[in-house]
Amino acid sequence: MTPRLGSSAVESLARGKARELSAALMQRPIRSRLVLTIAGFGGLTLVTCLLAPLVGSTSISLSRVFDRSIPFADNVDAQIFFIARMPRVLAGAVTGAALAAAGVVFQAMLRNPLATPFTLGVSAGASLGAMTAIVLGTSVAIGPFSVVPLASLVGAAIAAAIVYRLATLRDRAMSTTVLLLAGVTLNAFFSALIMFLQYLSNFAQVYRAMRWVMGDLDVGSFQPILAALPLIAIAFALFAMLPSSLNLLSVGVDAAAARGVDTARTQRLAFVSASVATAAAVSLAGPIGFIGIVVPHLVRLLVGVDHRVVLPASALFGAAFLVACDVGARMLLAPLEVPVGVITALIGGPFFLWLLIRRG
Amino acid sequence: MAAHSTRLTRAVIAVLVAIVAIAARDAAPRAAEAPKRIISLVPALTEMLFAIGSGPQVVGVSSFDDYPPEVKSLPRVGALVDPDMERILSLRPDLVIVYGSQTAVETQLTRAGIRAYNYRHAGLAGVFSTIRDLGNTVGRTRESEQVARQIQQRLDSIKMRVAGLQRVRTLLVFERDLGSLRGLYASGGVGFMHDILGIVGGINVFADVSRESVQPSVETILARAPDMILEVRPTGLPRERIPAERRVWEALPSIPAVRKGQIHIVTDDYLVTPGPRVAQAAEAIARLIHPEAFK
Repeated sequence: MTPRLGSSAVESLARGKARELSAALMQRPIRSRLVLTIAGFGGLTLVTCLLAPLVGSTSISLSRVFDRSIPFADNVDAQIFFIARMPRVLAGAVTGAALAAAGVVFQAMLRNPLATPFTLGVSAGASLGAMTAIVLGTSVAIGPFSVVPLASLVGAAIAAAIVYRLATLRDRAMSTTVLLLAGVTLNAFFSALIMFLQYLSNFAQVYRAMRWVMGDLDVGSFQPILAALPLIAIAFALFAMLPSSLNLLSVGVDAAAARGVDTARTQRLAFVSASVATAAAVSLAGPIGFIGIVVPHLVRLLVGVDHRVVLPASALFGAAFLVACDVGARMLLAPLEVPVGVITALIGGPFFLWLLIRRG
Repeated sequence: MAAHSTRLTRAVIAVLVAIVAIAARDAAPRAAEAPKRIISLVPALTEMLFAIGSGPQVVGVSSFDDYPPEVKSLPRVGALVDPDMERILSLRPDLVIVYGSQTAVETQLTRAGIRAYNYRHAGLAGVFSTIRDLGNTVGRTRESEQVARQIQQRLDSIKMRVAGLQRVRTLLVFERDLGSLRGLYASGGVGFMHDILGIVGGINVFADVSRESVQPSVETILARAPDMILEVRPTGLPRERIPAERRVWEALPSIPAVRKGQIHIVTDDYLVTPGPRVAQAAEAIARLIHPEAFK
């Protein structure tokens, strides 16, 4: 009983602090709020990203890592640091930021707090693409690149295109109902296709496909990150145009239109940018779940609901959160690894339920 | 009226007799005679059956069987996840070899009064015990003993050749996304491939992980620093792609195997089949690890 009492006391204290903090923040003008929030979350992200490469299953000496007198080819510590750890921290930061920001945008656009970057079928499309590549592509690779990320990107694009077309078929404005229903249906349909493919494929392929779905940040070099980065940069450039319109849109389409927002354009922009971010993140690291819902809600608890603050703060916090989860993934069972998607799900699942109960 | 009721009584009695007869047949101890029609859902055990001389009795194989060449003309009855029960029954087998996890198939076979032989992987020792056990089951104890002994002798002679040589720390890779170091599966410290590596003078760098397969991170591979990387790919990789795939490892230059160019990619199904060709597989791997012992 005691630990429960203790934990609930800590929780209420933390909640009180959070409320205090957010109340204090809310009273400031937007510009200084933005600066404060970005400084806070940016600092957290920076510290996480600096600390994360220092820990891992192997103990390395930092002085050896930066010892220029040892040739890089012979310096195991430097290679563990620069080839194994740095790329995966960077991959975690990029993926976490993209998924968290996409979560914010989808939640605002669909006016549904339980929406995630995977609600509209993008991840199912990506998984189908990856599965197809794993089953058919055993002897195919395009240049030096692995075919799996490319195929998942194509799958995600196809899924997004189908949903987009369906939602804009009757009207210039997107219907959120059609979006949600089309997304859910597409998720189910693609999952069925994945099952069919798995049924036709051999053990090793099924196993690899399953592992891909669990998410993996061990990219092994900077190359895969560089491949995903242009798309994520485009998505974030589009995100930057959204916050004010999203604020109005989350009140209601009519209210937003009355205030002069081109709602159809905003919705399309939101859909395209969030889909691009999601597709790029999934092609880089697999469909890592729950980031896109846990992070935005935690951030809203702290900084309120203004998207001008929530969006950048979520991107920063998403980066820190996923990098931290990946540290857990590689430390928990070392030298074995826990798939990072399992860690985010273990944290995110209960959080999601708590969110449901809290809202109910 | 009376004639009608007599006929009815007779019919009831006939049905009862039939039920009793069927029940009695089910309950009767099975004659332990050698099976005449065998179906194998396990490719490794199909090979064993042929090796001990039971090939002529095999009437059906799994969809993955391709050795010995005789199996190519045999009916296919599915495999681990998709056994075709109707086809199996229509071939009227008296012995069906199934995987240990195919409990549903086993139940159905038992209900149909067909004997099931239940197979489970158990390392290199399991290959020998399975050959002997299978020999007893199909009435070829002497032949199976002979085959097991021959394999043992070949393995012993490989062991002698590499005895005293420096043991080579080896990373044994089963799977990897082509063109990258992602989606990598390596052998842990359990399983017949790990056992073979020990016999041919290698040391598995993941011997301490008591699982059949490990998914090592790039960091762990760098830290374990293998002297040789051996990729055994069951699914065929075109020969012309092998040099490019070997170069993928150059991303990790501190690994001794990479520096010494000790990266080997071999693609042959027999190398990963825990059947009677294990000695052949062991010799192929031994020649890669200790070429000096086979000059």
